Amino acid sequence: MLLTFLVLAPIAGAAIIACTSGRREALIRRTALAVSVVEFGLTLLLWTRFDGTSAEFQFIERRAWIPAFGVDYFIGVDGISLFLVVLTGFLTPLALLSSWESVHDRVKEFSLFVLALESAMVGVFISLDLFLFYIFWDAMLIPMYFLIGIWGYDRRVYAAIKFILYTMGGSVLMLVAILTLAYYHGAVTGMPSFDLLKLYALPLPGWLQFWGFLAFTMAFAIKVPLFPFHTWLPDAHVEAPTAGSVILAGVLLKMGTYGLVRFAFPLFPDAALYFAPYLAGLAVIGIVYGALVAMVQPDLKKLVAYSSVSHLGFVALGISAMNVQGVQGAVYQMLNHGVSTGALFLIVGMLSDRRHTRLIAQFGGLKKVLPKLTTAFLIITLASIGLPGLNGFVGELLILVGAFRWDPRYAAVAATGVLLSAVYMLWMFQRVNYGPVTNEENAHLPDLTLRERWALWPAVAMCIFMGVAPMVFLKPMEPSVTRLVEQVHRNQGQQVRILPR
Amino acid sequence: MLIWIPLLPLLGFLINTFAGRRLPKAMSGGLASLAMLAAFGVSVVEVAALLNQAPGGRELVQTVYTWIASGDFQIPVTLRLDPLSALMILVVTGIGFLIHVYSTAYMHDEPAPEYARYFSYLNLFAFFMLLLVLAANFIILFVGWEGVGLCSYLLIGFWYQKPSAADAGKKAFIVNRIGDVGFILGVLLAFVRFGTLDFQRIAAALGPLAPEAAFGAVSLIALLLFIGATGKSAQIPLYIWLPDAMEGPTPVSALIHAATMVTAGVYLIGRNAVLFTHAPDVLLIVAVIGALTAVWAGMFGLVQTDIKRVLAYSTVSQLGYMFLAMGVGAYAAGIFHLFTHAFFKALLFLGAGAVIHALAGEQDLRYMGGLRRDLPITYWTFLIGSLAIAGVPGLAGFFSKDEILYRTFASGHPWLWLIGAATSLMTAIYMFRLVFLAFHGPRRVRHDHDHDPAGSHAHAHLHDAPRAMGIPLVVLALGSILAGYIGFPEMFGGANWIEHFLEPSFTAPAVAESLEGAEAAAGAASHSLELVLVIVSSILALAGIALAAQLYLKRPGVSARLAERFPRLYRFLVNKGYVDEIYDELFVQPVKSLSDNVLWNSLDTKVIDGAVNGVGTIVGETGGVVRHLQTGSMRAYALSVLLGAVLMVGYYLWR
Repeated sequence: MLLTFLVLAPIAGAAIIACTSGRREALIRRTALAVSVVEFGLTLLLWTRFDGTSAEFQFIERRAWIPAFGVDYFIGVDGISLFLVVLTGFLTPLALLSSWESVHDRVKEFSLFVLALESAMVGVFISLDLFLFYIFWDAMLIPMYFLIGIWGYDRRVYAAIKFILYTMGGSVLMLVAILTLAYYHGAVTGMPSFDLLKLYALPLPGWLQFWGFLAFTMAFAIKVPLFPFHTWLPDAHVEAPTAGSVILAGVLLKMGTYGLVRFAFPLFPDAALYFAPYLAGLAVIGIVYGALVAMVQPDLKKLVAYSSVSHLGFVALGISAMNVQGVQGAVYQMLNHGVSTGALFLIVGMLSDRRHTRLIAQFGGLKKVLPKLTTAFLIITLASIGLPGLNGFVGELLILVGAFRWDPRYAAVAATGVLLSAVYMLWMFQRVNYGPVTNEENAHLPDLTLRERWALWPAVAMCIFMGVAPMVFLKPMEPSVTRLVEQVHRNQGQQVRILPR
Repeated sequence: MLIWIPLLPLLGFLINTFAGRRLPKAMSGGLASLAMLAAFGVSVVEVAALLNQAPGGRELVQTVYTWIASGDFQIPVTLRLDPLSALMILVVTGIGFLIHVYSTAYMHDEPAPEYARYFSYLNLFAFFMLLLVLAANFIILFVGWEGVGLCSYLLIGFWYQKPSAADAGKKAFIVNRIGDVGFILGVLLAFVRFGTLDFQRIAAALGPLAPEAAFGAVSLIALLLFIGATGKSAQIPLYIWLPDAMEGPTPVSALIHAATMVTAGVYLIGRNAVLFTHAPDVLLIVAVIGALTAVWAGMFGLVQTDIKRVLAYSTVSQLGYMFLAMGVGAYAAGIFHLFTHAFFKALLFLGAGAVIHALAGEQDLRYMGGLRRDLPITYWTFLIGSLAIAGVPGLAGFFSKDEILYRTFASGHPWLWLIGAATSLMTAIYMFRLVFLAFHGPRRVRHDHDHDPAGSHAHAHLHDAPRAMGIPLVVLALGSILAGYIGFPEMFGGANWIEHFLEPSFTAPAVAESLEGAEAAAGAASHSLELVLVIVSSILALAGIALAAQLYLKRPGVSARLAERFPRLYRFLVNKGYVDEIYDELFVQPVKSLSDNVLWNSLDTKVIDGAVNGVGTIVGETGGVVRHLQTGSMRAYALSVLLGAVLMVGYYLWR
């Protein structure tokens, strides 16, 4: 029941808030925060109860939902989804804290949407039924749409609509593929099913793998986002409120890469191996392209957004390699990116709360004025450029090892990302924090408040912890990753014709 | 016990980071120095234990924990003390301690929080540097490698409000990262080729194999690693960050940018000597790059007017020597020079720091002169350092440099020897140009006080280095004299102890013994050649000093006239060969322009986003057209049904 409780707890919190008068803002904020902290505690409980030596799905719950169509309420976690659930639990309180002073308008609805979003995100990660998964997948869009569209910056409506159209465009294709799969299961076995584990076991003909993989991957590639499906991301990030950006970068983008790992690759293994080089091609283009474009951004949020394109390119590369190091590195890098980019957006939000601008040129010399903020900023920056001892390095290293074993050419291009990330991050860091204070408006900014410290230090601490003790995460993850890799390679040697005639 | 060597400075870092702001300055500086002293003590104990073991099998190993494990990719935090790392930890903790002590006085004008920040970075540097030299595998070495790079970045940019300092820090980090791309790829290839990243296992796997005749996987690994080394150890083409790194506080230049970190590339080759021995093509590249860097950087050292920049180019040049040695397979000679260089170059930087300190920030040689009377300790120790680096017989640099030159010649590379010898002459000239300009002749005081970084008041009262600075100078001066005697050549009846001590680190475990015999036979044959070469280079060193005396002491106008005679050459040298400008034009600007104009403002916002918005528009417009069909008017619907029916009937009638 723990997993069901994890889905319901935030929604229940949202329901309580819905019944509260909108004028009692302080109470609403505290309730939302308390609910999200409890939820985080529950995700930790889940982790402690998780058997890290097993590759199987655990905490499985299954109830028939729409028996006629083979739809079940079927949930469970393995070593891959476990940590993404924990990540969701970790980031949501930080996101709520970050909006404490920046969101004044309609606090009730805001808190409600954030909690609803959390439920949907957890639901996506634990669904083992494709129908259920799709429901959660689309359910995520609604609160996110409103978070950007209502509490965003100037061009928020444009960004919100762009976000929703882009992702819906991908989801529709995926829906068709999901229905086809269920129907195909019915055609073969006499009973349609959306059960992921049954579909894993179902041998699919080449044409179905081909189109199915493309449809799923299209939806996920937009979400990741992979080059060239990324242009919704800078707009969405720039316009979203800080909490929205934190969750968007921290968790939502991982839906795409998680989808590749959980659905696209194991469901259509032969098509996946066939398409992997193309996917890796887009991934390494994204690594270099995102970094180069990030380098010339005048806006801090856009810079971080494009850096996400680059970082998620690493993740997609690791998945494409489809060996233990590559996938484990990719999953670890999802967590890393969630923590460090989430923290970067927190920091940008704090700067923008203070100065009401995010233009790099408006800052300079902040280290003198904001020593604490700058220290956190430095550590997160270093984490983001993959400095050993901090989290990013472990993920990037494993991905590069995996990619190099698979095809050194991709690893060679990706390795330049290590250089480029240092270029754009350090250059940005220098322009914001070093040099003399040139702008009088920056001269007397207040350093971190207590609340901001509570939002920021946990993320900083996680960056260090995950860099020094990665085995805490890698070890329970490995059995599931190994099983996945074997699953995808199961048909190797047998000729499955992928290209449709 | 091994882990305590890096852990003690890490502890110092943590204390100064979390409590430094509240500690009095004496405490934070004292604590940091104490951490280094303790690390030095532990190092001495461990090295003594190592020496007690039988030669050939000397090693101490400690595995702390498994850091990363994924499938067969296993990275334990393993430290291994062997002769090579033993020498390195003594240098890092010993000279590191002296520089910490020196810093307590040098940085005294900083307010307490900044003072604590400085020492916390310095301790952190020591931690990473010790990790680097104790690491038993590539990944842990890389942790140290990147960590020292970070500390270098932070310390170069220590005075972050100065844009030039912040720029220099960033430049150092980024140029190093260019090398790191090579390093990482080399490590990945090594893992795929050998299935392990442990140095000893790789050496053992290579041991029975013959050196690669053609350029193969091992050569590629070696080449990629060497690219990493050119970044960290400031060799052509990536040396450009080191002169700028002089923006950092001078003790930092002494510790990081002279004695320890910049030698990490040399150490990397020494650590992988077996691998490089199996890649003869790459060794030749290493030797050529080393020799070229030595002479190229030496040239710029001749005309720089900033005291620290002269020393910086000198460091680049001396590092070139070390690579030359590694490249001709004289690993012990290269590491020996690394060892002696650590003493005299740290001494020279600290001496320069004492001068700058006394002159309240003045770094320009044109505004110095005559300081030997006011700064006797600084002068005499600086003079010893200069004699040592110039290669005057009897001092440390003489032994190590001559070993390198002799081995270069003996390995069949007379041209490389010639370049090395020419560099030797240049070294003597630029060092004594510096000595004569700074300490001899009349005082020259800057008059345009606007440009004087620290005001003019300090010029009135010159004082020699205070005790905390003076003692390290004296100790290092002693080292600059004595350090060479651990490699006293056999031809003078010495034992060349250092070479025999280090040798096991450079050979594969299995073949160590058979090689030793061959080495001894080769050494005995050519003592006469060695003697001739030693005499030649000693003459060059003395000639260089004499020439410098002529140019800068006896006839000070000559150098200016030379500059007028050869204006182009002079401008070329003063502008450091325009290398920064060329790189900027060739790489930096095109990439910026590509990213900004092509990728972002055309491809991203116009092409891709344009396509997306175009699709949106088309969908919108189609919707607009289709909407007109849904008018809600019964007559229109009826009409369309009728029309459809007519068309269908027509189709079946006329088909």
